[in-house]
Amino acid sequence: MNPAAYGEQARRAWAIARKDIRVYYLKGPVLIFGIFMPVFLFLAFFLGGRDLPLAFLLSGLVGMTLFFTATAVSPAIFPWEGQARTLERLAASPVTIEAIVLGDMIASVLFGIGVTAVTILIAIGLGLPLLHGIVLGVSIPIAACCFSAIGMLLAVPPTNVPSNIMMLSTLLKFPLVFISGIFVPLEQMPAWGLMLAVCSPLTYFTDVVRYAFSGAHHFPVMVDIAALALFALVFTAAAMRLHRRSMPRRM
Amino acid sequence: MPNVIEVENLTKTFGAVTAVDRVSFHVRRGEIFGFLGPNGAGKTTTTRMLTGVVPMDGGSVRIFGHDILKEPVQAKQRFGVVPETSNAYVELTAWQNLMLMGDLYGLDRTRAERRSRDLLETLGLYGRRDQKVQGYSKGMKQRLILAMALIHEPELLFLDEPTSGLDVQSTQMILVLLRDLNTDGTTIFLTTHNMEEANRLCDRIGIIRAGKIVAIDAPERLKTAIDRLHRLEVSFDRPVSADALAGLDGVVKADRTGDKWRIVTEDPDLAIRSLVAFSADCGAAILTLNTLAPSLDEAFLRLTGEERP
Ligand SMILES: Nc1ncnc2c1ncn2[C@@H]1O[C@H](COP(=O)(O)OP(=O)(O)OP(=O)(O)O)[C@@H](O)[C@H]1O
Ligand SMILES: [Mg+2]
Repeated sequence: MNPAAYGEQARRAWAIARKDIRVYYLKGPVLIFGIFMPVFLFLAFFLGGRDLPLAFLLSGLVGMTLFFTATAVSPAIFPWEGQARTLERLAASPVTIEAIVLGDMIASVLFGIGVTAVTILIAIGLGLPLLHGIVLGVSIPIAACCFSAIGMLLAVPPTNVPSNIMMLSTLLKFPLVFISGIFVPLEQMPAWGLMLAVCSPLTYFTDVVRYAFSGAHHFPVMVDIAALALFALVFTAAAMRLHRRSMPRRM
Repeated sequence: MPNVIEVENLTKTFGAVTAVDRVSFHVRRGEIFGFLGPNGAGKTTTTRMLTGVVPMDGGSVRIFGHDILKEPVQAKQRFGVVPETSNAYVELTAWQNLMLMGDLYGLDRTRAERRSRDLLETLGLYGRRDQKVQGYSKGMKQRLILAMALIHEPELLFLDEPTSGLDVQSTQMILVLLRDLNTDGTTIFLTTHNMEEANRLCDRIGIIRAGKIVAIDAPERLKTAIDRLHRLEVSFDRPVSADALAGLDGVVKADRTGDKWRIVTEDPDLAIRSLVAFSADCGAAILTLNTLAPSLDEAFLRLTGEERP
């Protein structure tokens, strides 16, 4: 067995993901957040956006659910572990920093997919027809990877104070929602808005979800999926690289 | 390859503080190496660099021939670490912590479970294996950390003050386990303040002061290197004359204290031979003969104190 081989490191990353799920996700408040967030978003949407079509609203809602859940917990894991000193344990064990980042990402991907699945079930329960299930099934995991990589990027600043990171990530996450075609359809955006929108991976995911539920879309579906995959790769690579650099400063 | 750890010119600075200053030493296979020094001397910083937790600013560390910066995973796979501060996942049970360690070191489930059971039984924690670590006492946590460090049967074990703050039972349990491990071939790098512990356990001791190594040697030789003059205590079954004793080869001074003589010598070997010959010559049988070596405490204070020997 070569402990540094990719397959072996991936197996160890999976162990880290299971640890994350046990320690950080399967907690009362986190689970309640995971279940209530879509419910509250539904309420807010129905009360607020009566004049927009249901399929449009729901696609934005599904996009937001995945985005917020996949980035909810992961930015704080490094600071938490730094504070609890368990990060020192991981640093002294035969896992690479890339494997630690991958493990944290896997956990947040699973959490994001789980909660998003609940949202989609509610949507279908509300009578919304799922027209392109396979497209949705392919794009959700890719988008989940992309968003959880964003979560890991938010975790890069080497602070061991979780609330600092939470504040920072909230500040960065909300503006992203406003430029991603969730509240305003891309077709109705001004040119500068559209320029911002194409920079946000959430735009492409929302577009795909819209296509899956209503058949309407702004970009070709393949472009959406390719953009998400590209963002996912670039963000993951960047997160791993930056964590390698900031890890020593947490110790 | 007889050297398990090879450290050369290891250096670490924090701002203006040079915590570790061009430290070089090696640890041989199968030995217990004690790393001693007063608070803030740089023991923990050194241990963390050796175990790949923090990068060094200069110098190199090789563990089993693997450079800790270039091949960290290969090096880490072969050692276990008991860090200065307890760091089990307190939200997990002891058993879950051990299973996580098993996975991180690539053990299969059966082996991880067998090892965990054995270790928890040895360390008296098996009955509490399904309790969250949150509810553990300090001593229990420390024993669990040791079990976690040993799950993959490492050939090398790093411990940073493993017994600090523990009661006699926990301390004893840990020390006995360390000695047994060493008998079975595990090399041990042990950081401690406790002279008694170092004296009893270690084959060699390195003493660090303000980031610099000031001495590396076997405990007995460290003690004797400090104090050129040794003391012997001898008693005979009949009175002997002070002048006769003081005139013996190798004896510098002889004082009577109670029914014993206290002899000062520069060469204990020669002095003991002279005493034995003297006893045969004058027909005074030796009742007791003790060598009073300087204590390691003394050696330590002299080496780490302000005035250097
Ligand atoms: N993260 C850090 N940032 C700044 N200075 C540090 C850091 N870690 C250690 N130091 C400094 O490095 C020096 C050595 O500290 P270290 O913890 O290695 O000592 P030690 O020998 O382990 O002491 P102790 O016996 O108290 O555990 C000290 O002056 C300490 O203040
Ligand atoms: Mg220390």
